[in-house]
Amino acid sequence: MSSGDGQIIAFTAWSAGLAVVLNLAPAVALAWVLARKRWFGKSLVETLVALPLVLPPVATGLILLKLFGRNGPLGRWLEALGVEVAFTWKGVVVAMAVMAFPLMVRGMRIAFEGVNPRLEQVAATLGAGPWRIFWTITLPLAMRGVLAGAVLGFARALGEFGATILLAGSIPGKTMTLSLSIYRDIQLGRDEAALPLLLASVVLAFGALWASERLLQRA
Amino acid sequence: MKLFLEALTIPLGEKPPLVIDAILSGSITAIFGPSGVGKTSLLETIAGLRRPMAGRIVLDGRVLEEGGFSLPARERRIGYVPQDLALFPHLDVRANLLYGNRGSGAGPMLSDVCEALEIGPLLSRRPGSLSGGEQRRVALGRALLAGPQLLLLDEPLAHLDVALRERIMPYLLSLRDHFGVPVLYVTHSAREVERLCDAVVTIP
Repeated sequence: MSSGDGQIIAFTAWSAGLAVVLNLAPAVALAWVLARKRWFGKSLVETLVALPLVLPPVATGLILLKLFGRNGPLGRWLEALGVEVAFTWKGVVVAMAVMAFPLMVRGMRIAFEGVNPRLEQVAATLGAGPWRIFWTITLPLAMRGVLAGAVLGFARALGEFGATILLAGSIPGKTMTLSLSIYRDIQLGRDEAALPLLLASVVLAFGALWASERLLQRA
Repeated sequence: MKLFLEALTIPLGEKPPLVIDAILSGSITAIFGPSGVGKTSLLETIAGLRRPMAGRIVLDGRVLEEGGFSLPARERRIGYVPQDLALFPHLDVRANLLYGNRGSGAGPMLSDVCEALEIGPLLSRRPGSLSGGEQRRVALGRALLAGPQLLLLDEPLAHLDVALRERIMPYLLSLRDHFGVPVLYVTHSAREVERLCDAVVTIP
């Protein structure tokens, strides 16, 4: 494995980790709302959240490019603030975050649904407000499932390809992730060069999935 | 304690709603009736965990439910021990007991409750490691320590064998005798009503 490979693995893991961290608060909040509240239009939100799971990743990437590109509504606004997303490492993180979000929400929602609402009701009769109930009862009891959702999201982000190549390109030393690098090596007929990265992908994905399963088994 | 239930109308899903008019003032009042008539729903409505279709609830001059107004459960100062007890499984007994008692001085002292219910030696244990009788006493203690004006117990002796039932009964009486907290007690056992209660509301 070359030092370049090491840099690609570190960059991919770092970007996936950052994507998960950025997703954490909104994913937990949305998962809780979906698990506990009923409101008009809920199924529409559920469908929108799940959309990146079934949409071709390249299509999701194109939507992101249109949004975050220089002429896109978000891209223009961010550029005015001095932030460039398309074809930078930030684009990699955004693409990973968007693709990982539905999986994270799904896992966390199941975790919240598994918490007996009776416990929250009794906590309310003991004088606890909604925030205290969430932090002291709901979240601790759902914690393993929440972590499993986050780890699953991390695994998904590690393997992200389609949306990333559209939004961030495949720029060596700048936006090159594991999957993009493997693809480039294969395209250039350097199958053997792709092997160390292939092995790293398998190890990382296996480790993340294994950790997620272990957390769910104990939940 | 005076609890007014005025034309309180509680939805029961597919069944016709339960309509109840009553003034409750006993120290241990039984809500008596067969299974499925809405006794638990009535307790949940009084506790503020379920909205009635109509009617009023007034506890010692405080309006809890009236028209569009519903006082949140956390502000009612009504303790509730459901049938499944709902002890917090991730907290030890001490943390369970003190969950609703945040040093405001509103409730009794932890040591008094531990002594009366004989749960002192259990403080560092998790609910999952307790016997059924111990869990019931901890759930009673937790509700008591929050300093409630009224305690709602949903069939606290259901599914217990005779020996355990006999052992728990004195603890229920101690809620009245030792702590002076009025109790609304859901049951479908006439024997329990006879042994424990000084007033009865029958739901047919």
